[in-house]
Amino acid sequence: MRKKRGDRLFYGLVIGAAAYTLLMVGLVAFSVTRGSVDIFSAEGISFVFQSNWNAVEGREAFGAFPYIIGTLLSSAIAMAIGVPISLAIAIFISEIAPPRIGIPLSFITELLAAVPSIIYGLWALFVFRFWVRDLIEKPLYDAFHGSIPFFAKTPFGLDIFTAGIVLAIMIIPIISSICREVMRVVPDSQREAAYSLGATRWETVRMAVFPYIKSGLVGAAMLGLGRAVGETILVTMIIGNVIGPGAIPTSFFSQGQTLASLVANEFNEASSDLHLSALIALGAILLVLTMGINIVARLLVKKKIKISSGAKSQ
Amino acid sequence: MTSYSNSNKNYSKILHETVNKNYKKRMIINKLVTIFAIVCVIAAIIPLGSILLEVVKNGASAISLEFLTQPQGSIGSGRGGVGPAIQGTIIVVGLASLIGAPVGVLAGIYLSEFAKEGVFANSVRFFNDVLTGLPSIVIGIVGYVIIVLAIGSFSVFAGAISLSIIMIPIVVRVTEETLKIVPFSLREAGHSLGISKAKITLSIVLPSAKNGILTGIVIAISRIAGETAPLIMTILGTSLFFTGITGPVDALPLRIWRLASQPYESAHAFGWGSALVLILMILALSIGLRFLAQRRSFKVTI
Amino acid sequence: MAIEETIEADEAMTEGDRLTRKPTIKESIENTEKFKVRIENVNGWYGGKRAIKDINLNVREKTVTAFIGPSGCGKTTLLRCLNRMHEMTPGAHADGRVVVDGIDIYDKSIDPVVIRRRIGMVFQKPNPFPTMSIFDNVAAGLRLNGMRNKTIVKEIVEESLKNAALWEEVKNELEKPGMSLSGGQQQRLCIARALAMQPEVLLMDEPTSSLDPIGSSKIEQLVRTLKDSVTIIIVTHNMQQAARVSDFTAFMYLGDLIEYGSTNQIFMNPEKELTERYISGKFG
Repeated sequence: MRKKRGDRLFYGLVIGAAAYTLLMVGLVAFSVTRGSVDIFSAEGISFVFQSNWNAVEGREAFGAFPYIIGTLLSSAIAMAIGVPISLAIAIFISEIAPPRIGIPLSFITELLAAVPSIIYGLWALFVFRFWVRDLIEKPLYDAFHGSIPFFAKTPFGLDIFTAGIVLAIMIIPIISSICREVMRVVPDSQREAAYSLGATRWETVRMAVFPYIKSGLVGAAMLGLGRAVGETILVTMIIGNVIGPGAIPTSFFSQGQTLASLVANEFNEASSDLHLSALIALGAILLVLTMGINIVARLLVKKKIKISSGAKSQ
Repeated sequence: MTSYSNSNKNYSKILHETVNKNYKKRMIINKLVTIFAIVCVIAAIIPLGSILLEVVKNGASAISLEFLTQPQGSIGSGRGGVGPAIQGTIIVVGLASLIGAPVGVLAGIYLSEFAKEGVFANSVRFFNDVLTGLPSIVIGIVGYVIIVLAIGSFSVFAGAISLSIIMIPIVVRVTEETLKIVPFSLREAGHSLGISKAKITLSIVLPSAKNGILTGIVIAISRIAGETAPLIMTILGTSLFFTGITGPVDALPLRIWRLASQPYESAHAFGWGSALVLILMILALSIGLRFLAQRRSFKVTI
Repeated sequence: MAIEETIEADEAMTEGDRLTRKPTIKESIENTEKFKVRIENVNGWYGGKRAIKDINLNVREKTVTAFIGPSGCGKTTLLRCLNRMHEMTPGAHADGRVVVDGIDIYDKSIDPVVIRRRIGMVFQKPNPFPTMSIFDNVAAGLRLNGMRNKTIVKEIVEESLKNAALWEEVKNELEKPGMSLSGGQQQRLCIARALAMQPEVLLMDEPTSSLDPIGSSKIEQLVRTLKDSVTIIIVTHNMQQAARVSDFTAFMYLGDLIEYGSTNQIFMNPEKELTERYISGKFG
């Protein structure tokens, strides 16, 4: 009899823990909705498209638009730099390097993933931004600031461009390790088929490996995107922290602001309930954005791994 | 060179010519891709090296007994330390782990051992995946609205709950994956002996998955130890030592952020020192795991 | 030796002897055209372990040669040494000479990529590219090498499918995915893909072992017709298949070449006792 009660207790515990997961999701949805209700009832959907950010009492007006742009732009830069590099690293570790080089290398990329973003931020703020400013931004500015509007402003190193680069460094371990995982699923018989036709190694990767797992690679990239979009503390340290209509970036070297970084910046000094609600609403927008990206990404990666293991067993 | 005797055209010759024409180009492209891949690998390693170098170089000089145990002196003075932050990190992360690890493991056990294909099980799995991708700032908002507003003050408790929301999905996933690897025959053996499912799980399955799950927990703890955003809106970050679960407290990531934003060299030096301490603490945790897991090999992917 | 004496001495030898002893320099020059593939002192290694030892074997052109032997005897390893696929396995390497049409493919100056175009391979399990159509699969090698002329590609694809005895079955469905075919058809698709590259030698690694009897016999028929245009070397663990399709047979055991001769001679009148025991099913 006692055994049965113990069993039921255990079963209750595991079910409870599983239910707690759902509860957490509910809490997230609840708190974000409850918190942003005030601003949305005050401004409606125009909150999403406005650019003002005025916390002065009596003249409050808040708009999320510049920060949506900032989030998208910094993430786009991160992806443009990060995805090709991640793919190249994945190809190197998975297809080119012998195991005695590949294994330590993948360990090193895992280490990169384990560095807390606050330390990335510290390093970016005090060290890396000078590299970027002097080695990349100044030359680009000197060369193009007259001709291409995107390189117009005088670069200081604390801007959207630097934020994008450091975000890229941060998401490379994530994207490349998932790429590697998906590449591992491609059966060797496919590679052999390509080699036996006289393909070079790159051609084999292009012809036999990539098409097999195309959606998995896209999913990996999107997971990286999800991480870049949601990154807070790193961005807030190096993106320049501007607010209002001036926060809409006009050049790579503009200061900017993302949804996450503004919330981090102003949360503790929010002057009114409406201000707080606006900040939480920024979080809500970010939440929707991230969830969408991550759901699609996981579906793509899971599908690829499932299909491929099914095909393998044929 | 022979050609097919039954073909009208000399395809062999045509192919041969095409091959020769393109051969050089293909070889060059292959070489370029290989070089690009190597350059990218080096480009990825350089930041890691630089980060570690800078943290050690700049942080080591700041570390002293005073630094580790005292609260910060007046701003810009360069005296004092980050004692409260170290204490706060240990307390908040510790509390979060006490909540997060058991819940995560139990939920993972549910998904692996007890779940049947149903709406409940599928939604648990689905939403768990969703939770792993949530931005940490949003989790901070949750902690704020649910706990800080409810209790009325920034608190250790709010911080711990927030961090546990980050930790649990990681532990759930690792637990489920590790348990799945345990061969089914072990469970069958238990069933055939008439042992209850609970006992099978606890006494047979779990021990053999112990190492993998432990690794997963340590990875999750390392992750939340470095989280800053959720703490901004839940524990506030004071310069005082721990006063109670419902009171505010400091933590290393938060302290680093504050120090970095101050315009004083001494504050920056403290920031680097705190970063070094944080990394060392996380490292110590992982190495501690090596000792625990030295018996069997394990492989975990997050 | 005078020419007459050489000829007499030649005729006095058994076929097996002639084919396995090391050639004199004079014969090397004479026989370059007769023997398509000359395997000389080839060793194949996996790390420090030697899987095939000192193999000497000469393959006549436009014949079918079968490598037989029990599991693990090295027949597949040897086959994969012939188009330098063996060294693709991590830690594997080979030494010795494999002379194809007078060129040693293991020479330092030769790029394996070039070799693999001229020596095609068909694998145990059919491996068409799943994301490509039937047409694209066959054309894959051509496009890889930069062949842009659509007319010629189309012609070669059609001819290759005909040579692989698959054209009639798929001629109206060339755009369908390669994986939509049955196992036997997929294997013929892979053969067509290899043939499109106009190889001089076709290596087949147990091509029918994953097929049903009907599919297998279609492939065997194909092999017998193809040999008029390509030199074929086929690894098989099925002795009866070797007896059915091949002109010459090489029997291997534990990494050594035990005996090599015409198929008739090997199966009716084996010289070595080990061969006889294997043929009569006493082991392996």
